[in-house]
Formats: sequence, C-alpha cells, structure tokens
Amino acid sequence: MHWLPPNGALHGIALDHLLRSNLTIVFWLFIAAQMVLLAAMFLRRRPQQNASANRRHSPRFILFAEVLPLVAIVCLYGWMIVTSHKLWAARRESAVAQRAVEVEATGIQFQWYFRYPGSDGIYGTLRPQLVSAPTGNPLGLDPQDPHSADDVVSSILMLPAGRPVDLRLRSQDVIHGFFIPGMRLKQDTIPGMPGHIAFTPEMIGDYPILCSQVCGLGHARMQARLRVVSPADYDRWLAGREHALANVEAAQ
Amino acid sequence: MTVSRSIPGNGRAFRVFTTDPRSLAILYLLLALVSVILGTLLSLAMRIHRIWPAFSFPLFGVPTPEQYLALVTMHGTLMVFFVLTVVPQSAFPNLVLPAQIGAERMALPRLNAAAFWISLASFLVLIAAFCVPQGAPISGWTSYPPLSAFPVAGPGQGTGMDLWLVSIAVFCIAAIASSASFLATILFRRTQGMSFTRLPLTVWSWIASSGLTITAFVVLFAAAIMLLGDRHFGTSFFLPAGEVINGIQQRAGSGSPMLWLHLFWFFGHPEVYISILPGMGLASSILANFTRRPVPAYSMMVAATLLIGVLGLGVWGHHIFVSGMNPYAGTAFGLTTMAIAVPSSAEVLTWLAMLFRGGRMRLDTPMLYTLGFISFFIAGGLTGPILAQPALDSYLHNTFFVIAHFHLVMAMAGVFSIFAGIYYWYPLLTGRRMNEFLGKLHFWISIIAAYGTFFPMHYAGLAGEPRHYAQLAGPVESFASLIPVERGITWSALTLATAQFIFLFNVFWSIRRGLPAGENTWHATTLEWSPETHPINGCGPYEYGPQAQSETDFHPQWLAASSKVSASGEPGTTPAAERE
Repeated sequence: MHWLPPNGALHGIALDHLLRSNLTIVFWLFIAAQMVLLAAMFLRRRPQQNASANRRHSPRFILFAEVLPLVAIVCLYGWMIVTSHKLWAARRESAVAQRAVEVEATGIQFQWYFRYPGSDGIYGTLRPQLVSAPTGNPLGLDPQDPHSADDVVSSILMLPAGRPVDLRLRSQDVIHGFFIPGMRLKQDTIPGMPGHIAFTPEMIGDYPILCSQVCGLGHARMQARLRVVSPADYDRWLAGREHALANVEAAQ
Repeated sequence: MTVSRSIPGNGRAFRVFTTDPRSLAILYLLLALVSVILGTLLSLAMRIHRIWPAFSFPLFGVPTPEQYLALVTMHGTLMVFFVLTVVPQSAFPNLVLPAQIGAERMALPRLNAAAFWISLASFLVLIAAFCVPQGAPISGWTSYPPLSAFPVAGPGQGTGMDLWLVSIAVFCIAAIASSASFLATILFRRTQGMSFTRLPLTVWSWIASSGLTITAFVVLFAAAIMLLGDRHFGTSFFLPAGEVINGIQQRAGSGSPMLWLHLFWFFGHPEVYISILPGMGLASSILANFTRRPVPAYSMMVAATLLIGVLGLGVWGHHIFVSGMNPYAGTAFGLTTMAIAVPSSAEVLTWLAMLFRGGRMRLDTPMLYTLGFISFFIAGGLTGPILAQPALDSYLHNTFFVIAHFHLVMAMAGVFSIFAGIYYWYPLLTGRRMNEFLGKLHFWISIIAAYGTFFPMHYAGLAGEPRHYAQLAGPVESFASLIPVERGITWSALTLATAQFIFLFNVFWSIRRGLPAGENTWHATTLEWSPETHPINGCGPYEYGPQAQSETDFHPQWLAASSKVSASGEPGTTPAAERE
C-alpha cells in the first residue's frame, strides 16, 4: 500500500496485506452506512398506503434489517480476530530463533542507544550509579563484569539483512516508544521492565527510528536510524567498532 | 442570587446556590462552555504551530516544545473531563433525568448540588496549572509515570503536575457523587407506573454510564492519590528500580509504571462509554421522535446498552498492546474488544433500520445533529475493530490513525450528540426554540469541517506519523510529504471552530428572540415534555403511531393507557385495543 512507508521487514508483508484488506472492508462499510444516512435525509418517501399496519416494526423487518446484518458483522469481526491472531501468534507467541542477532535498545531522554553483546554473546551488567554520559558510559556499563569488555554501544542501529533479530528494549528514565515505521515495529520501553521484540529485516536500506510515547520536551526529536546492510557489511562494521569500555577505561 | 426569568420547564427561577436540577444543569453547561472554548483554543494553537512553526502568538510568542506538550495535556484534560463527561454525564441528567422518570426531585439533592461545586473547584485547580512556574504538565492526559512521577523529568512536571493530579482526584469525587445521586433517583424516585420496561433509553444509558462512573472513577481516584504518594510521601507504587534521569540517579523504587497503565486505562476506557452512552440513548429517543416510529427491539437496545457498560470494564488492555505486556493478554483484550463491538453494532443497525423505514421523517436541527452523531459514530467506530487487533495496533498505536479514531467516535460524535441535546431540550429552559436556519447552517459547516479535520488524520497515521510531535521536521525527513495534508487539517479546524460562533449567537439570541416553543415542542412522548410537574406514567416510552407516518398520532407517557392524542394534544377516546 503506497500510503504506508516502504516495508523492509519479513512480517511486514503479511501485516500490510492484512491492514489493506481490513481498511478496504471498513471503507466500504463506511460508505454503505453513510449512503443509508444520506438516502434517509434526501430521499424521503411518501407515506405508505397501508400505514396503520406498520406501527410496530414487524419481526420480518427486524430479521432482515437488524438480525441478519448483525450476524454478518459478527462473522466479519470473527474473521478479523482469527486472521490477525495468526499473525500475532507467529510474531509474539513463539520462541526467538537460535541464530538471532542480539541487540539492545535503550531509551534515554532524548536519544536511543544500541548495544551489541559482543563475541561472548552476553550483555555486560549495567549499574545505574555508573551512568555517566560525559565520560562515555551513558548506559552505566560495569567495567568489573568480564562480559562488559566486548560490548559495543552505538547510536545507530546496524543490522544484517535476512537474519532474525532479538531486540531487547529497555529505558533508563521514562517510558519511550520504540517505533520503526519501515519495520512495522513498535513497542514501549518500560523502565525497570526490559522487554523483547523479534523481527527480521529483509530489505537493505535506511529506516527512521522514532519515539512513539510522549517522553518529555524533546519527544519529537528523539529519532535515530536503522541501517540494514548485507551480512558481510554488518560483520565488517561490528568488527571495526571500538568496544564500549575502551574510552571509559582510558578516561579513568 | 436570582435571575428574573423562571425556567418554564419547572416554573422555578434560575438560582446559583440551589439544589434545583435545572439550575444545576445550566451551571454545568456554562462550565462546559468555558472549558470547550478554552480547549478549542488550545487545539487551534497546536494546529497553527504545526504548520507555521515560526508563528508568534499575540501576548505569548512562539510555543516551545514543552509548551506544545502542555497544550496537548490541557486540551485533552479539559475536553475529556470538563466537556465530554460534564455535559452528557452531569448537565443532561440534571436537565431531564428527574423529569423523564417523573421524579419530584433528585434523590440526594445536596450531594448532587455539591458535585457541581466540586467540579468547579477541580476546574479552577486545573487552570491554576497554567499560572505556576514552568507551567502546565507535559505528559499528556494519560500522565504515564515516571515522566509524571519525577519533577526533574521535564518542565511542568513539578507544581503543574501536582495541580493536575489534585484536579483529577477532586473531579473523581464530583463524578462519583453526582452518579450516585442519579442512580438513587432512578432506583427510588420513579413516578407511579414508571416501571423499568417503560424507562426511556436515555435513562437506561444513565444507569449504565453512572454505574461505569462509580466503578471507573474510584480507580482513577486511587491511582491519582498513589501517584501523589510517590511524588511526595515516599511510596513507590509506580517507581521502578534503577531510575536515572538526565544522568542523575533517582530514588529507587520497587514498583512499576505498568501498574499506572493498567489503573489509568481501567478508568480510561469506561470513560469513553461514560461520555458516549448518554448520546446513544438520546439518539434512539430523537430518532423515534422525528421518524414518528417506536424504537424497534426496545429490550434488545436496553440489553445492548447494559452489555456495553459491563464489557466496557474488560477492554482496557487494548490501549497498552504495545507496552510489552504478555502477548496472550493482547489476544484476550483483542477478543473482549471485538465482543464490545457487537452490541455497539447492534445499536447502529437499529438506528439505520429506523432511518431506512423513516418515511417522512422531520429534519429539524435536533434530528440533523443526531444524524451527524450517527455518521461520526460509524466513521470512528469502524476503525475500532482494526485497532482491536494487536498485530495491526503494533503499527498504528499512538499514530494519527488513533487520533482520527477517537476524535471521530468520542469527540465529534460526543459533541454532535451534545448539540442534538441542546437544540432538542432548549425549549425546556427558555420556552423558545433555537433558530432553525442558523442551526442548519451551523450543522452543515460543522459536519463538513469536522470530517475535513479528522478524516485526513487516518492518512497521516498510516504514513506512520506519531502523536505529540510539535514539529514534523527533524533529523528524520520522512513526514515532509504530509505537510499539505497537515495544512488542510489546520484550515478545516479553523473553519470548524469559527462555525461555532453561529451556535453561540443562536443560543443567546434565541433566549429572547426564538420562536415560542409551545408545550411539547417536538410532539414527543417522554415525560420531560409533560405539562404537569409530577405526572403519572401511563405507557411505554416510544408510543408513536398507529398511523406512524402521521405527525399527530402519538401517545405521551403522561396520558393513561386508554387515551390517545389528537392534533391538539388533547386526550382522545380510542380504546387501547384499537391501537395494536
């Protein structure tokens, strides 16, 4: 659908299809209902000959004008919930793939930080008392934790095309909304309650990342960028990144 | 203090300090009028700032990002509480509820009167938030913590936020008090013969909405007090561990902001039904009145109203599909939300069926506004089942698509049913009708401009534009293509607001210059139009017919079952058996 931003995610194809069919059905129901309203206003019929018989609405009329349309609408709602649940269950009620790329997004008034666990595959411990953006440790990474050493922190979200991603979502201060329109992806980051969301970027390209939950005066400019590249480019980029603690230790 | 004119409907003079419900209704309407003017001006300031970011407002200057968010917060709060709750759930019941059930007066009259003064106090506390250092809060009308819990989280989150919370807590007390009074009145003060199966559908709506008010506002009251506790008294209901704001570690708590999300929306969703159910009841009554036909399937309509009330307590989770709550909870709340769409659809189908068979219906202003209400209720309601699907909501949540949805189904439908009620019941307060020509002009400009304002927002939302953005431009230029749409929305909004001057002029001009309304202006059947103050009820609420197409044949509730009305409004002699 050309109204939506270009889709780059695997699940986005099914989601766009579902959204398109829902919007089409709802649009025509809207038109039909408004037509009834306009017809009632402008096509005012003459009084019927046998009007006295029509004081009460007949059971037949109630059946055809109310009960049958209601049954049809209930079927429509049923179809909507079943089809959309398939999509929801496939995305949210199943386990994340083993070979998923692990990334963590942290919302901080008013920017996004992305952390990669490094070659050990385990995120280093974060300690709120160590948070210090001026000394290059905006997330509060603990240098004492051996898992911290190879963590990579970035202000851009770099991902390889075609591999599932397990995105960990957290917030340091207030509730933010992690929103990538091009990935058809949105989930809040709740302080104190890290969350997960899985998706698979398919199309190479750049995608805006926005904040979708009002988080303070800089809410509208809390934006970042997702760059989907080929797996080879991704590996090269990750290998070339400085480890997050490199500068912190140098400063100490 | 008294005004020399008496209120024709109850023969009593308008008083300010009174327990007379008609006077209280006028006071509530004036409070809502001030609120709606203020709320509209705030929204126009937002619209203007979005398309002309450099525009400097007279006496104010160019809004900063935090001032834009303060506009958002105060617009939402004023409109939801002081317009869309105060009018349908406080002003209208005071205006006609006792009369519609033939009650001599309200049960708990002093509590009911106190509710107005408490509402006014709440309003004044809210407005005071504009006047404190740093101004009004910026966290939106939903005030999610920790943004609303720590004054350091943003400007306006200090004293402004405290005033907001106090205002909301005080408002809860007022809403609960008046609803208790309405429920007691309906239960214990019905006139002789007014059985439950003879209640007008407006009264059934007030049973449902008052029940919801008591259930939901209690929870909001508790949440507001708990958040005040977190802010000032060392509790940590909503404060997580490891909170760092602006690089500075905050008091660590053991609570969770998720608790606020659940408590707030446990109130927030029923609130939608509190503001729209009375409008739905009124729509049924006005449709019967102006199509001169009974409401088909009256008992089904009652069941649908009550079902909406009950199911309305179980759908709040659809506001927080993307909060990271358990995906199975998303599925469950999606199901309950689809379920509540069923009774709502049943009511809509009933209205359409009444119109389909309407024949020579009369298109006086109350009827026009009811048709407008139905049009908006359908337009906004139909996107409900889309947003009820967690999979689709995970894209649409907090975009302009949602703004379009709730402004159509709650704000525009709500306001149009308020207009319908004011045009319809105006004669009860003044003995005169509002000017029909001005009313129709007001209607057509308003409905076209309202669609022009809110319909294009669907498009902006599908493009992914989030709410609460002061500016479209930024590091991400993806919304630049929406600027022409935004411009159209702003011009429509300005037109919509300007058209309301016609309404204001009409309201005040018609007090003395309107056509005399006569008794029972609309040839209605419900008891508020009875010439006597304390009538005895004789029949069901919508006995129009037997010549359903004729204007003269109807059976008001204040007449005994065996009599019939002729053109002059005098009782006739046709036996009951012949009417069937």
